[in-house]
Amino acid sequence: MSAERRPMSPHLQIYKPQLTSVLSISHRITGVGLAAGTLLLTWWLLAAASGPEAFATVQGFLGSWIGYLILFGFSYALMYHLCNGVRHLFWDAGRGFELPTVYKSGWAVVFGAAALTVIAWAIAFASA
Amino acid sequence: MAGKTFRSMRTPLARVRGLGSAKEGVHHWWAQRLTALALVPLTLWFVVSVAGLAGMDHAAAVAWIGSPAVTVLLVLLVTATFWHAQLGVQVVIEDYVHREAVKLVALIAVKFAAVLLAIASIFAVLRLAFGG
Repeated sequence: MSAERRPMSPHLQIYKPQLTSVLSISHRITGVGLAAGTLLLTWWLLAAASGPEAFATVQGFLGSWIGYLILFGFSYALMYHLCNGVRHLFWDAGRGFELPTVYKSGWAVVFGAAALTVIAWAIAFASA
Repeated sequence: MAGKTFRSMRTPLARVRGLGSAKEGVHHWWAQRLTALALVPLTLWFVVSVAGLAGMDHAAAVAWIGSPAVTVLLVLLVTATFWHAQLGVQVVIEDYVHREAVKLVALIAVKFAAVLLAIASIFAVLRLAFGG
């Protein structure tokens, strides 16, 4: 039997996506996205230190529709990664491994992150 | 140990302890958790603060960044953020990039980029704090 014809165990894409696996890979994806998003933080701080013109450029970009889109994605990714990160810290402490608890904490992360994002934007719109 | 000079009173187990992965293996994991823990309050503080200053002009931003408590918290936030980010991206690269040369270049690039961005950010904050 040639190497290519050997029976293989089912790979990732054969499994039905579950809350647990989707949240797990989302933690990585948001993590990488947030790491890229730090460019925005550094740009914003450097612009503030450079002067009013450079700062106006950043603020203008962030205030455009694409800027809003990026900031909205950024804020939800950040709140998601933060909430799911806390979930991971509980696991690191050896707590919350029972399957029903894993699902409960999973949904809590999804809705908690959404709530925190809405609160942040409510503060922003109330202040602007 | 036959045929070998072995003057130490220490057992072989005691000699190997602290060598190999037992010496550094947990460091990455622990640093990732410590920075994560620090980032929970720092991130919430930052998001609420910046949201509250939405649409601020340059003068307001300079005043905010340059006030002592904010300066300290921003330096902490930047340090913990980039430390945490490069630890996380490192693991992602190690998991998904299998060609040794590409992996090495990617890891070096991520580490260098994190240090560059962190120092640039801290420099910007301190420059405003000291009225440059």
